[in-house]
Amino acid sequence: MNLSSFIDVFHSWPSLLNGLVMTVMLTLISSFLGVVLGTLCAWGSLRGPKALRWFIRGYVEFFRNTPFLGQIFFIFFGLPALGLRLDPVTAALVALTINLTAYACEIIRAGIEATPAGQFEAASSLGLKPAQAFFLVILPPAFQRVWPAMTSQLVIILLASALCSQISVAELSYEANMIASRTFRNFEAYIVVTLIYLGLAVLFRDMLSWVGRRFVYGDFATEAQR
Amino acid sequence: MSNLAPSAALAPALPVSASSGAAIELVGVNKWYGDFHVLRDIDLTVNRGERIVICGPSGSGKSTMIRCINRLEEHQQGSIVVDGIELTNDLKRIDEIRREVGMCFQHFNLFPHLTILENLTLAPIWVRKMPKKEADELAMHFLAKVKIPEQAHKYPGQLSGGQQQRVAIARALCMKPKIMLFDEPTSALDPEMVKEVLETMVSLAEEGMTMLCVTHEMGFARQVANRVIFMDAGQIIEMNEPEAFFSNPQHERTRLFLSQILGH
Ligand SMILES: Nc1ncnc2c1ncn2[C@@H]1O[C@H](COP(=O)(O)OP(=O)(O)O)[C@@H](O)[C@H]1O
Ligand SMILES: [Mg+2]
Repeated sequence: MNLSSFIDVFHSWPSLLNGLVMTVMLTLISSFLGVVLGTLCAWGSLRGPKALRWFIRGYVEFFRNTPFLGQIFFIFFGLPALGLRLDPVTAALVALTINLTAYACEIIRAGIEATPAGQFEAASSLGLKPAQAFFLVILPPAFQRVWPAMTSQLVIILLASALCSQISVAELSYEANMIASRTFRNFEAYIVVTLIYLGLAVLFRDMLSWVGRRFVYGDFATEAQR
Repeated sequence: MSNLAPSAALAPALPVSASSGAAIELVGVNKWYGDFHVLRDIDLTVNRGERIVICGPSGSGKSTMIRCINRLEEHQQGSIVVDGIELTNDLKRIDEIRREVGMCFQHFNLFPHLTILENLTLAPIWVRKMPKKEADELAMHFLAKVKIPEQAHKYPGQLSGGQQQRVAIARALCMKPKIMLFDEPTSALDPEMVKEVLETMVSLAEEGMTMLCVTHEMGFARQVANRVIFMDAGQIIEMNEPEAFFSNPQHERTRLFLSQILGH
């Protein structure tokens, strides 16, 4: 192996670029949906009616304790048997979102449970409705508490999106497979793509820390750090 | 016990007038936590403008009683009428009552992610639907009243305990409550900060606010209370005007408690 053996891989940059765009899209959409739905699930699992709590518990336990590959195969190959046929990209988005929602639910729930009961009582005594108390009073500090854990989970989703290649979604890993089989440069193709993932993960982490400073912590973090 | 400066004479509580009705009326209230009978046959009428101090040993049900008044806890028997509205499971009524009743807690319970100003304006904006500018002005008015307007843009974690409790009082006042409940507002404070909070409460009393205070600050009780209540084991054991309550307690348990509290 020498540097020139990478040339074949770099010649395929347009497909690498397409794969990169797909990976970024899968990650951003499922991250956004997963955090929003995870928040709602956390709320439901703590304050919802009993049946809803049990449903959410079961859902979370199932998706946190089965392999992601099995989940994505079920959604892509299994659901058509039940009459729901999804194209690969949609199936991938659904699988990533459902998986992330389960983890996000647990993370946010932990943050909410660490909030003293007095916060909710103070909000209630001021006349805020339960939903207002949840979103205005309980949730923001809960998010601040768990944002580092959430950041790790979102990076894991970025890396897990590689498994979507298994249902032929043309993301980065899929393109690496294609390049490898076209050029027989297996090692080089995977090295290049692995380094791209590394770069993406670092960038994504920085972006999430910016999101944290801008939307999650607000002035509060900078004030508290003084 | 802190020594409060003598203040202007407090107006006596308004007499009950048949037309206006009582501010708070508890009749035959009972509550259980599982098998544990925490409130037993509580009867209590609080007139408008009246200031009542509740004392009693830890675990006697003082917090539970006042928390039933704004429905942070649910009672199982008897009736509670606040400002003419009977507390039931009707959420509308609970909301209505909570808008009229302010509460201060032992541990302040300020919202840590909001500035002092935002702590004060949250409920006026979201519950009273007040425009932000108006809510800011209202908040600054009450911050000035509790003498910390300069802290408006800080966060709760940057304030001393005494300042935080004054913010909590101002936050409750921003909802223009007719009744204020205090649950041991000075118990979590360092001794040197107790006075500033009690002074705030005294000035509130002077303005004729209806107040129910769970506190062991007997100096405060003597100075502002119309009546002092002694609770034990979920019951109101004794209730009297402060002078008589302290100088001539009727029940052995009250005497014992007072001797412990006053340290004779
Ligand atoms: N949520 C609860 N569940 C079970 N028991 C409780 C609960 N809250 C309070 N208690 C019990 O009820 C009794 C009265 O409590 P509380 O009203 O807080 O007393 P106080 O304020 O007079 O110290 C105590 O014995 C306490 O342990
Ligand atoms: Mg108590």
